[in-house]
Amino acid sequence: MISVNQLVGVSLVYVAFLFAIAFFAERASVRGRGAWLRSPLVYTLSLSIYCTAWTFYGAVGYAARSGMEFVTIYLGPSLVMIGWWWVLRKLVRIGRAQRATSVADLISARYGKSNLLAIVVTLMAVVGVTPYIALQLQSVTLSLSIFSGPEVSESLTISTAFWVAFGLALFTVLFGTRNLNANERHDGVVIAIAVEAVVKLIALLAVGIFVVWGIAGGIAPMMERIDASPIGEWSMDRSRWVALTALSAAAFLALPRMFQVLVVENEDERHLQIASWAFPVYLMLMSLFVVPIAVIGLDIMPAGSNPDLFVLTVPLAEGQGGLATLSFLGGFSSATSMVIVATLALSTMVSNHVVMPVWLSTQAEGAQVSGDVRNVVILARRASILVIIGFGYIYYRLSGGGSALAAIGLISFAGVAQFLPAMLGGIFWRGATRWGALAGLTVGFAVWIFCSLLPSFGPDAVLSAEVFDNGIAGLGWLRPQALFGIEGIDPTVHAVVWSLTLNIGAFLGVSLLTFPTPLERLQGAQFVNVFDHSTQARGWDAALATSEDLMIMAQRILGPNDALSLFREEAQRQGLTGHLPEPTQGFLQTLERELAGSVGSATAHAMISQLVGGTSVSVEDLMAVADESAQILEYSNRLEAKSAELSRTARQLREANAKLTALSVQKDAFLGQISHELRTPMTSIRSFSEILRDTDGLDQAEKTKYASIIHGETIRLTRLLDDLLDLSVLENGQVSLNLDSGSLRDLLEQAVLSAGGDRSTHLTVKYARADTGVVLTTDLDRLRQVFINLITNAQKYCDASKPELSIDVIDMGARVQVVFHDNGTPIAAEARALIFEKFARINDKDGSGAGLGLAICREIMTRLGGDITHEPRPDGNAFVVHLPAQAALAAQ
Amino acid sequence: MSDASGKTSLFLERRSYRRRRMMDALRLLPVVGVLLWILPVFWPSANDAAGAPPPVAMSGAVTYVFVVWAGLILSGMGLWLALADPNGRIHKDPVSERDP
Repeated sequence: MISVNQLVGVSLVYVAFLFAIAFFAERASVRGRGAWLRSPLVYTLSLSIYCTAWTFYGAVGYAARSGMEFVTIYLGPSLVMIGWWWVLRKLVRIGRAQRATSVADLISARYGKSNLLAIVVTLMAVVGVTPYIALQLQSVTLSLSIFSGPEVSESLTISTAFWVAFGLALFTVLFGTRNLNANERHDGVVIAIAVEAVVKLIALLAVGIFVVWGIAGGIAPMMERIDASPIGEWSMDRSRWVALTALSAAAFLALPRMFQVLVVENEDERHLQIASWAFPVYLMLMSLFVVPIAVIGLDIMPAGSNPDLFVLTVPLAEGQGGLATLSFLGGFSSATSMVIVATLALSTMVSNHVVMPVWLSTQAEGAQVSGDVRNVVILARRASILVIIGFGYIYYRLSGGGSALAAIGLISFAGVAQFLPAMLGGIFWRGATRWGALAGLTVGFAVWIFCSLLPSFGPDAVLSAEVFDNGIAGLGWLRPQALFGIEGIDPTVHAVVWSLTLNIGAFLGVSLLTFPTPLERLQGAQFVNVFDHSTQARGWDAALATSEDLMIMAQRILGPNDALSLFREEAQRQGLTGHLPEPTQGFLQTLERELAGSVGSATAHAMISQLVGGTSVSVEDLMAVADESAQILEYSNRLEAKSAELSRTARQLREANAKLTALSVQKDAFLGQISHELRTPMTSIRSFSEILRDTDGLDQAEKTKYASIIHGETIRLTRLLDDLLDLSVLENGQVSLNLDSGSLRDLLEQAVLSAGGDRSTHLTVKYARADTGVVLTTDLDRLRQVFINLITNAQKYCDASKPELSIDVIDMGARVQVVFHDNGTPIAAEARALIFEKFARINDKDGSGAGLGLAICREIMTRLGGDITHEPRPDGNAFVVHLPAQAALAAQ
Repeated sequence: MSDASGKTSLFLERRSYRRRRMMDALRLLPVVGVLLWILPVFWPSANDAAGAPPPVAMSGAVTYVFVVWAGLILSGMGLWLALADPNGRIHKDPVSERDP
């Protein structure tokens, strides 16, 4: 048998070990070597504060009394974790985005940073959780008393409870308030909790393994003993099975200490994903041996022994002192880790939402008072820790450590579950309002107190038996365990169902009826649409704040160094020298967020508004909220426009590509054609020069004939090359225009003369309406070239018996057209598209043309800013020269 | 799940299709858990009135609850392994990232 002193010694060594580990973790984290402290494993283990001493000891007692019902307490959280995608993912994201420090902070931030809500939630949390802390103290003293034997003195238990409370307060103050920013991880605390998580798991598993294999002798005999035991048959209150699973799931989300480890201490969303299956593993292992221990306990322990302590008494009865000690340490770990985190979470809430606002309002100058506020905040937090643990201790003393405490676990769960509607409603429903949340919380909490908390003390303790039987003031429908006259429901289920139903009803109803403030609507949009990466709510009219004031305030909360570096960074970002940035809206939001990490969002908001002079939600902000759907529409319209633009571009690219391909084909054709054109005269030059060289006895006439053929061919070659050169110069745009003015009539006559007039050929040239005194300002030489070309073409190709060319000038005011109309055979329709292409020759009887004339004409006209087209006429061909507009304009 | 962007393409590449269905499975898992764990409500109980079927044995009940538990955990772990990229983070699909 282990003596109490030995046990106390072991506990002290264990506590010293925890202090040391927390200390070294803090040191490592300060030196930047704390990466391992932020592993998913540590995160998962830190979640284990869900398993308190109530579950460590109580689960076995629960199983011994009610069979498998105990497992519902673990099933709910398992479902929440496995379904992390639905709620936890969003909660963690919002918590991180808003830098929420507690449940109260989250709810207050959602509903327009309302401090009233924060205070209500804080008070409810304190009322709901303090008895739970008392329960932990009770479990430690109770387990210690097992070792001290029956002669346990009253003073021993009292002093044990006191020293445990004192030690816990010391630890929490030391490691929980090292940094002010509640968003910074408490590495020391977290690592200590992780170690305790391992200890309690090992302890319970060790007892379980000892029971199954050491006492029962294996799994199969164990199963037989289970079936043969008093709890060997499935006896389940069905409504309790469902209600308790739901309740534990709700409490898992809403418990302040769970929020602390799940959201506030969360470093990385990835950890949540891993914990989503790893934490259910932990819970499963924790409950794996509960039923076997309960069954063996019922079997071997004398009747009337407390089943809540089977985890300790069974090993002791079997003479396993070491195992019992380990088990004691497990229970001790469960109790202490829960108290530490719960106190930490509550103290943050109390100091941020109750103490700080009160303190600020008592300061005459408000936030502008000089001095370091950090000391005040830290002091407030430490005082809150002492007060909360003190409350727990007092509650324990007052309740006398009786059995009333044992029921407090579920009662506490039902109390904090009242936060859930406001919380979930806030993150999933934009329509939830501050008054709705307040109404839901108050109604739910009131029902909880009346139906769950007060009756738990028993008849005639707080509520008289008269009230139990006949309701308040004799109103039968106001009985604490039969509201609205519905009897026969299990009291716990009754309280849970009614409190949550009325809570949700009030929350929804009042939310539907009231209208949210602008800030609420902004925050609501941010919470609900947290995954849309929406921009921060703008809330400050920055012009009113001066950087100096802000700096002074920030220094007092963040500390001089942090504040200075924050301001300097911002100044650098704004491109300013020095350390004072412009108080832009963006900067004020950043600052508020930073402050919120230390003192909570409501207080931070209040402090900044004291300096800035009130929130100004701009019209644009409201428009942004109201027009969100319009924005989405606009966005999709923009997308559509973009995609249309893209397809347009793609089409253009396709066209350009087709054109390039065609050009490439054209170029190849052009090269082929040009070599062909060059080769033909070359061939005849070569053959005739060979004849001249090699054939003897050529007479002079023949020689002259051959030489003139060679000469003719060279002239043709030269002309071809000249034309090519001309075309290339024109096409490359290298031609320079010699602008000159002259009468169109003169130009035409010169062209006819240059082409040989009607003397050289049979072509009759007639002028119709050519007497208009049109004066042109353009490159007259080039234009003449076009005219000459058209006239010679008519000379060459007009195949009428009496060839005629009529030149008509059509003066349309701004534009002038010159029509060259011959009476030859009209060009075939299929050839018309080709006549302006290079080397296109139609009706070329003697092959003297190179096929470049019209191509050159068109190039020239394009250069001059005009055009040349072909119009088929029934009695011949008409080439229309469209003179450039400005040239004709100048002629007016 | 909502394809909030409206005009997403109708057909996905096979891999991303698989991925989305696995995300669906992940979201469905708690529902399966609730259904399986609510089943004990319908088991005959020792509290039932006389003449009811004999109650389920405790060993069977314990086995059932824990087998379901292990199944859920393994499914969750399997889906996490299948969905997580080398950094261990479940891929953020821009569409499914939006809340349903």
